[in-house]
Amino acid sequence: MAERPEDLNLPNAVITRIIKEALPDGVNISKEARSAISRAASVFVLYATSCANNFAVKGKRKTLNAGDVLSAMEEMEFQRFVAPLKESLEVYRREQKGKKEARKDKDKKADSEEQDKSREEENDDDDERMEEEEQNDEEEVDN
Amino acid sequence: GGKMAARLSGGENRLVSLPLSRIRVIMKSSPEVSSINQDALFLTAKATELFVQYLATYSYKHGRGKEKNALTYSDLSHTAEECETFQFLADILPKKILASKYLKMLEKEKRDGEVGEDDEEDEEEEDEDET
Repeated sequence: MAERPEDLNLPNAVITRIIKEALPDGVNISKEARSAISRAASVFVLYATSCANNFAVKGKRKTLNAGDVLSAMEEMEFQRFVAPLKESLEVYRREQKGKKEARKDKDKKADSEEQDKSREEENDDDDERMEEEEQNDEEEVDN
Repeated sequence: GGKMAARLSGGENRLVSLPLSRIRVIMKSSPEVSSINQDALFLTAKATELFVQYLATYSYKHGRGKEKNALTYSDLSHTAEECETFQFLADILPKKILASKYLKMLEKEKRDGEVGEDDEEDEEEEDEDET
């Protein structure tokens, strides 16, 4: 898969929104600052991935799991993220579980409804469900 | 249902805003990574959001305060240089210097002989790699 530079960038609109919500009202963000933060975020992903991968390798696993990412955060001195991440993960897991069950019950009807309402971001979720089914074999229950 | 619609349309209601597929592309660009489980993907995306928030607020708070009601590039590069946690960003958030200063630096390097590949980095920069 050939990566063009833009493929490793995160969507500007989302990055801007996250920044704006974090800063006090009325604070402006220069275009340059926004672009720099976006690049920094991409670098963060790479750094976190590399770090998490080291933990997976140590554990003789080929699949990065949640524990690896959390360990990476501590290693990178972002311990402050660990507690909120764990909380979010719980919610996420519950949501994924709920989605699976909803799919089993309604199946085609639910899919067509969701596709109608889908925006770009939600399409990612559809893709993920398919990925998830593929990855279920690799998914480790114990973190 | 109404709740479902709100979940899909409101950015703030979503559990994570950054698209997981894009995060996955970035993660997979690392050659040593074979596969990523769904939870790890979610956590990385969420962590990245937390990181963006943290970098923005930290830089705003600790910036040199050139502009009170704005977050500028200079605030960010200052953070990368001064704060150990963000030092991994130093290379991509270099300080800006005047062109004339840069030219002087190049001249000095030439006089001192080949210093190596360092171009943007100051020789005055202290190396505190010891942890």
